[in-house]
Amino acid sequence: MQNEKKSVGAEIAQLLKANIKSYMMYIALVVIMLVFQIWSGGKFFRASNISNLFNQAAYVAVLAIGMTLILILKHIDLSVGYVAGFTGAIAAVLMQRYGVNEWLAILIVLAIGLMIGLYQGTLVMRLGVPAFVTTLAGMFIFRGLLSLALAKTGTIVVSQKGFLALCNDFIPDIVSHEEPGLHVVTLLIGIIAVVAMVVSQLRARKNKLKYNFEVVSMPIFVTGMVLVAAVIMLVAYVLAAYKGLPWSAVIVGVVLAIYTFMLSKTKLGRYIYGIGGNDQAAELSGVNVKLVTQFAFCSMSLLAALSGILYTSRLSSATPQAGVSFELDAIASSYIGGTAVSGGVGKVTNAIIGTFVIMSLTNGLNLMKVDISYQYIVKGIIFIIAVAFDVRTRKKGK
Amino acid sequence: MDQEYILEMRNITKEFPGVRALDNVNFKVRKGEIHCLVGENGAGKSTLMKVLSGVWRYGTYDGDIVYEGEVQRFHHIADSEAKGIAIIYQELALFPELPIYENIYFGHEITKGRQIDWNETIIRAGEMLEKVRLHVDPSIPVKRLNTGNQQLVEIAKALSKNCKLIIFDEPTSSLNEDDSQNLLNLMKELRESGITCIMISHKLREVTAIADTITVLRDGATICSLDAKTDDISEENIIRNMVGRSIDNVFPKRTEKKVGEVVFEVKNLTAEDPVTGREILKDVSFNVRAGEIVGLQGLMGAGRTECALAVFGNTRGYRIKSGEVVMEGKNHFFKNPRDAMDAGLAYVTEDRKGNGLILIQDIRYNTTIANLQELMSGVVIDENKEIVVANQYKEDINIKAPSIEQIVNNLSGGNQQKVQIAKWLFVHPKVLILDEPTRGIDVGAKYEIYTLMNKMVEEGMSIIMISSELPEVLGMSDRLYVMSEGRITGELDAADATEEKVMEMAIKGK
Repeated sequence: MQNEKKSVGAEIAQLLKANIKSYMMYIALVVIMLVFQIWSGGKFFRASNISNLFNQAAYVAVLAIGMTLILILKHIDLSVGYVAGFTGAIAAVLMQRYGVNEWLAILIVLAIGLMIGLYQGTLVMRLGVPAFVTTLAGMFIFRGLLSLALAKTGTIVVSQKGFLALCNDFIPDIVSHEEPGLHVVTLLIGIIAVVAMVVSQLRARKNKLKYNFEVVSMPIFVTGMVLVAAVIMLVAYVLAAYKGLPWSAVIVGVVLAIYTFMLSKTKLGRYIYGIGGNDQAAELSGVNVKLVTQFAFCSMSLLAALSGILYTSRLSSATPQAGVSFELDAIASSYIGGTAVSGGVGKVTNAIIGTFVIMSLTNGLNLMKVDISYQYIVKGIIFIIAVAFDVRTRKKGK
Repeated sequence: MDQEYILEMRNITKEFPGVRALDNVNFKVRKGEIHCLVGENGAGKSTLMKVLSGVWRYGTYDGDIVYEGEVQRFHHIADSEAKGIAIIYQELALFPELPIYENIYFGHEITKGRQIDWNETIIRAGEMLEKVRLHVDPSIPVKRLNTGNQQLVEIAKALSKNCKLIIFDEPTSSLNEDDSQNLLNLMKELRESGITCIMISHKLREVTAIADTITVLRDGATICSLDAKTDDISEENIIRNMVGRSIDNVFPKRTEKKVGEVVFEVKNLTAEDPVTGREILKDVSFNVRAGEIVGLQGLMGAGRTECALAVFGNTRGYRIKSGEVVMEGKNHFFKNPRDAMDAGLAYVTEDRKGNGLILIQDIRYNTTIANLQELMSGVVIDENKEIVVANQYKEDINIKAPSIEQIVNNLSGGNQQKVQIAKWLFVHPKVLILDEPTRGIDVGAKYEIYTLMNKMVEEGMSIIMISSELPEVLGMSDRLYVMSEGRITGELDAADATEEKVMEMAIKGK
């Protein structure tokens, strides 16, 4: 296995050098959060603000997950913002104007998202219209449909409790909270997450050793796990001390788990990376490139519909301004999360980290009451630095 | 008698990782002659011309280029162009949408002050077209010309730069008989006006008809320079010089040959390219038996790869007009590679980087991508099983890498090729098509691949080997077909085949 014993320090240096790219976004996230914590005089890490950050980030996070697939395949989807706005508006119209049950309305809206994906995917893959053009047209179309849906009423206020809970409320606890105390279920979830993480890491390491693959040395392995566990427990504690885990975090967590599983464990995931890496080779290896790409567009628009639902829930209303520049946040999140501009490489978990980088900026700058114009400029600068750094390190790796 | 040399390339050596493409090549061209450069595919002709034109810039090769009496150090194509050297490539480098005059003066526009003088450009472009005897309106877009005339525009472009030396890289390979003749006449006229021409060509009939001097390259070395006036420039002599090489010991012998029934057969396949409308396959029929290696020989552009792609699920979307594909007595129509694979066909592509491997992924990924269904437990890929499979193939076919987690891009050409073969062996094919299996890999790895091929057929598989390297086809095949211009021009038993016979068939119809 390890033919020579390296000192722990040397190993850390080597790891840092080899993985600087993947560590960079964590470092960036921590730095940004700390800057805001200090700048705001401790307001940033307040439990209420962390809950708020989760709720704020959720609608971008689900978009970033879908967008990562699209970007791995070397396509792009510019329409997601207005698709989210439009589908969110439809949900509100269904519930408020037609009295449709909130859960049924959600299902209908998700189905509409799927149809939109089917339409855009067909244009891109079957007719060969570039994704940029197809989804740019989609931007126009769904922007129009959004204002059409709200034309008569203007902003629609949503009052369904279950619907509003999605992005405003917290998971229930097993003990009642007459008096303030820690949210038990949230802490339990934190502990379960830590245990699951440790078990899966140990199993993966054992497997690697079995096949003589390279692994990091034990002290570093343990330190890494302790660090991650500490972060999970810290977040769990902060949330538990407030009102518990927000539903939005649960939803994002479930979507993230499904997509991580799909990308890393299934044929479909393999094919997505394969097509992104070399579509001709994938095709000649028997991969149905059109079908897989079609799937990615369907999943993207489905998630855009979910994003629309979360956003409408968050604002408790559907507005004609919903969806503006969501696609920019989603694309930026995915790229900051290390998705390769040249395709074939990318992870949904990292895209979520990217989302937190972007949304921490939004949240922190809002907290500091920085003018929106400056917010855009700062986001743009952070984004371009991240991608430039990524491109540089990728080149060096070759 | 001795005219002055316009160009002398002295002791040119150019190495690529693992391959010495040019080995001390000497190449001298007299002023105002037509000098033909011949050799098999991979002999180093194109590399030599790339060195000359500065594509491989000064410093990446050893040796000297002496042009017009001075040692040249070209760093870009622009440097060689500035000295009056132009190359006309097989694939033309024109802008199809732009008018002829803009194409001719692209990059060296005629200006008046800071503006382009279009009127003057059109007039002068007309004069240039006159020189190449192309009588068309210079303002029509290039895409409206046929290939032959587009080539004339390229030449007009070269003339407009006052070139003294024009290199033609297989200029007539995509031209019909009339256009070819026209071009050859034009080259003679250019010679009259003092312009030196170098022509790379496989068409020996044309070479012997037009050349003043013929230089033969083989395996990256100059074999001989023949003077048309004094030396024997018969096609036989040229071919002998092109191929003459002993092929003992390069190819491992099979211990036992058990050739069985016909497994796979293609009957009367005719197909055309839907974009250009050109027929790329004309009435192609061939078959392969169990335990047999069948060679498919031909020069570049003969239609061999097109044939393989059309058969293997037709991903290029050729318009197949007629023909049958029969696997083990059953007629098939493969809609995509998956269908072909399911029927027992596999295809190791010619261009392993372009459409064979997923370079940014590791060995494990590439080994199993074509047959993941065998590794599924439910909807999940059984990664343990996958690792076992990938390790097994790595060991069996000796892929040299620290582990199966090695990124394929970081492997040598030979090992990349082995990964490709591993991938296709894992789909357990009955018939394996190998397209240029040893291109760009070193001698040791070649030998390993040949040994592997022998092992496969001994186990009952059938192999169709497409290769431009004659000795390889002769050394490995039991039987071989020769293709030229999209047709099968001959079928030979390995026992009867000689390099001269094959070469003749490969040039037939050109």
